[in-house]
Amino acid sequence: MSSAGRLPTGGRIDRARPIKFSFDGRSMSGFAGDTLASALIANGVSLVGRSFKYHRPRGILSAGSEEPNALVEMRAGARREPNTRATSVELFDGLQAQSQNRWPSLGFDILALNGLVGGFLSAGFYYKTFMWPAAFWEKVYEPLIRRAAGLGRSAGAEDPDHYEKSHAHCDVLVIGGGPAGLMAALTAARSGARVILADEDFLPGGRLNAERQEIDGAAGSIWAATVAAELSSMPNVRLMRRTTVFGVYDGSTYAALERVNDHVAVPPPFQPRQRMWRIYARRSILAAGALERPLVFANNDRPGVMLAGAVRSYINRFAVTPGQRLAVFTCCDDGWQAAIDAAAAGISIEAVIDSRAEASPALGGELGKRDVRIFRGAEVIRAVGSRGLQAIEVRDASGRISSILCDALAMSGGWSPITHLTSHLGGRPVWNESLPAFVPGTLPSGMSVVGAANGAMALARSLAGGRDAGASAARDFGRSASDAPLPKADDEPATVRALWHVSGGRGPAFVDFQNDVTAKDVGLASREGYRSVELLKRYTTLGMATDQGKTSNVNGLAILASELAQPIATVGTTLNRPPFTPVSIGALAGHHRGKDFRATRLSPLHEWAKTHGAVFIESGAWLRASWFPRPGEKDWLESASREVRAVRSAVGLTDVSTLGKIDIQGPDAGTLLDRVYCNTFSTLAVGKARYGVMLREDGFVMDDGTTSRLATDHFVMTTTTANAVGIMRHLEFCHQGLWPGLDVQMTSISEQWAQMAIAGPKSRETLARIVDRQHDISDAAFPYLTAREITILGGTRARLFRISYSGELAYELAVPAGVGNAVAAAIMEAGTDLGIQPYGLEAMGIMRIEKGHVAGSEINGQTTARDLGLGKMMSKKKDYIGRVLAERPALAAPDRWGLVGLKPVDWTTRIRAGAHLIPIGAATTTANDLGYVTSVAFSPSLERWIGLGLISGGASKHGTRVRLVDLLRGSDIEAEVCDPVFYDPKGERLHG
Amino acid sequence: MRIRCPYCGERSNDEFYVLGDADALTARPSGENAEAFHEYVYQRTNLAGLHRELWYHSNGCRRWLVVTRDTRTHEISDVTYASKRGEGEAA
Repeated sequence: MSSAGRLPTGGRIDRARPIKFSFDGRSMSGFAGDTLASALIANGVSLVGRSFKYHRPRGILSAGSEEPNALVEMRAGARREPNTRATSVELFDGLQAQSQNRWPSLGFDILALNGLVGGFLSAGFYYKTFMWPAAFWEKVYEPLIRRAAGLGRSAGAEDPDHYEKSHAHCDVLVIGGGPAGLMAALTAARSGARVILADEDFLPGGRLNAERQEIDGAAGSIWAATVAAELSSMPNVRLMRRTTVFGVYDGSTYAALERVNDHVAVPPPFQPRQRMWRIYARRSILAAGALERPLVFANNDRPGVMLAGAVRSYINRFAVTPGQRLAVFTCCDDGWQAAIDAAAAGISIEAVIDSRAEASPALGGELGKRDVRIFRGAEVIRAVGSRGLQAIEVRDASGRISSILCDALAMSGGWSPITHLTSHLGGRPVWNESLPAFVPGTLPSGMSVVGAANGAMALARSLAGGRDAGASAARDFGRSASDAPLPKADDEPATVRALWHVSGGRGPAFVDFQNDVTAKDVGLASREGYRSVELLKRYTTLGMATDQGKTSNVNGLAILASELAQPIATVGTTLNRPPFTPVSIGALAGHHRGKDFRATRLSPLHEWAKTHGAVFIESGAWLRASWFPRPGEKDWLESASREVRAVRSAVGLTDVSTLGKIDIQGPDAGTLLDRVYCNTFSTLAVGKARYGVMLREDGFVMDDGTTSRLATDHFVMTTTTANAVGIMRHLEFCHQGLWPGLDVQMTSISEQWAQMAIAGPKSRETLARIVDRQHDISDAAFPYLTAREITILGGTRARLFRISYSGELAYELAVPAGVGNAVAAAIMEAGTDLGIQPYGLEAMGIMRIEKGHVAGSEINGQTTARDLGLGKMMSKKKDYIGRVLAERPALAAPDRWGLVGLKPVDWTTRIRAGAHLIPIGAATTTANDLGYVTSVAFSPSLERWIGLGLISGGASKHGTRVRLVDLLRGSDIEAEVCDPVFYDPKGERLHG
Repeated sequence: MRIRCPYCGERSNDEFYVLGDADALTARPSGENAEAFHEYVYQRTNLAGLHRELWYHSNGCRRWLVVTRDTRTHEISDVTYASKRGEGEAA
């Protein structure tokens, strides 16, 4: 156990509100305002996890979302969530956290042996070590590596929480709630602009909460709280705490994740756990701050070695200290502040080691008087201790090495602007030698960058930059920003001289803590030829962990540059992609999961079908009645066969509402139809319906359906269910894109009309009982292919079409969607004594195969009208879409696969769609493949299995025999090729 | 991506369906020349730069739009109707 713990006073925590939590089953307590990391430190925990590859003991490196080490499993059961950064978790009552990637325990981990054989797992080990034999990769090596190297475990159960998606619009999106962001938001907001300020922390203020700097003579944290309070009170401002803007997208669109209820054990009823925001911002101001760089020396990953800024966060904001005897190792002025703040909190400072011989004597202020050992021009070459820091080895300016006992080391390699969001649309950060760091380069349109994110490290400059950017955005919207005085703050320039790598210490010097990439790995990659930053990244996995290399990228490429003896500006940097921090899949999915993945569409006749006990099937987004089982029936086939027999012998009713319906009106409606259908519609008489086939411009069949003419300038088109949306779009394209001069209007009426087919020899008799008396539907007055507007049931508007899909005397009746269920019920009642039965999709499918009608299996995008036996419909008298290319020689070749019927020679044998057609006696090879079976059914009318198929040569093969070979299901059945119309080939029944 | 529909205003690209090169797609040949139709149906330029393309506002006004988009940056510089209804080719 270390000497980490809570300081007696101070901090922006609420000591009146203690909070109970547990870590690895141990009960602990913290205060409101703690993070899990600060609470762990308060409870003396310094060893938090094991590293990814070598299972090295790890502690807490940072105090923010950049944390590479302190990853824990949060919560338990179905809510268990791996790889959560303890430094970003707001402490709550009942919080349960577990360390991960250790076995059997955090203190003793058998796989830490990996650390002792580290050479074996060096850069590129995946590629080098496990090359041979190839079969071993999948079966042996990969499972082994996966078990040895790993992060946390997922819950393995469905997430019980809800996730939401929301949209927001604003004039100015301010990203980051530190001094620059607050100032920018305040300036823009006071001008009246609509402002969103998103900050990933639960406490606005950024570094102001972690430092002791003053603004206007008071603590910076007080200024931050005052500004946040003013922003919260303004109606034109949305202050979003716990919200990370994680991505920038085209059109000034920003993605943000709001952790609505991550800071409670279980979300309150009806509240989401997290909310995904899509924010549309006319301007954005990036004030994301900067990240401190670790120093790269031997064993720099030991628990107790921490970023200097993080040490200040823990001391100043959380009133905890990572140790009682602190040393500081820095290459910049800023690092000294950790020693000053720690000393002020009563912590013993063992030493300050500054790698710069020229470091100002004024640095450290009072420290000298306290007998603190100060080294200039010196380096820490090694950390000593395994599960916790015990000492450091320091090489002083003269090269002498001495050991200094300490239990915490604050290190600072200088600060790098957080440029991530500037890169999401491809902007490449540029190297600034004086910082030294990468600063934003080309920015996404509408974005400006202020504060430390823009390289302005001093507080006064941050505030000024924020004010100027806020005012500039306000002016862009024609608003005047008042010249509020800039708050007074420190403007000391801090100097830094880069220190990328300290050599000479024994032990691995980590660059990327999360992926266990060392300085040696970077050197090795360079020597083996991986000399571009992109290749370095992939070969060593540097920066590829869940932290995207936030603390490691700059160090890694600086070491690469020094290996190559090139300037860093030449070596360059990799680009960051979204998300800035990990986003759970649940948040991305929102409510779209399980059955809610997409909307379920219900037909206007759904209730009617349900009343009759329908079994529904998903068909696209639709739920469609598939069959209507009766007691005693053993399967769908028995039910569907009974329904077919009812239609063929008496009458049946089925729902065809899902067909696409398009209302087309205007003087040129007929002309448009002539151009989109291969057959002619302008000649169709008023009151008549006609079957039509549409081609694509490449000559293949696109869709089919029946279109009726209700008046000279008024047609009603039906499309297949699947193509309803696409055909509407196609018609609009043809009209607006190709022939805008046509005087025609169209609209989808698919949702407005319920449509049902009444089919069977007794269908007319049934219908006559509900059709209003003034409408004569006798065969003479209402012959086949008549289409008329009528009234039924005493004045209900309806459209009656005498068309038939089943091959029987049949009608389709369309009524306003709202009365669909009532009309269907009325028809069922009217036909009771005639034997009416509801029938479903299966029965409809059987009857269309019996009649040889094509459907989606045959209109598959690869068949022409000729292939489907519909060649005669292709008009020679007019132009239409697909006409010219349909005449290409290959599309008229005699050996093309054409539609035929297929009958197994043994009528009892079940045949299967998908079987391939192979000549009798020929080998089952692709070369001998003549085609395949597209649709099959057991025909109750013929009492045998029948099928439709596409076969090379089409109708010319009638009367021949082939084998139906299904290698997947292991069947090989002899069948006769025949005409596809199995039932009533002369079509006499539909004229009945 | 956001598209400023001339009828509906600025909308998310989720509401739209994209078809492709506006000039190529609307230049349907007349006559019997299969070569011309082959060009029309299959041949497209894959350019890096300003591209005039057809987008359909399917979840909005159902107008086909010509969107001028820079394929390198997705920046949209112009949006017009593919047709002005009642104008253009005579029936």
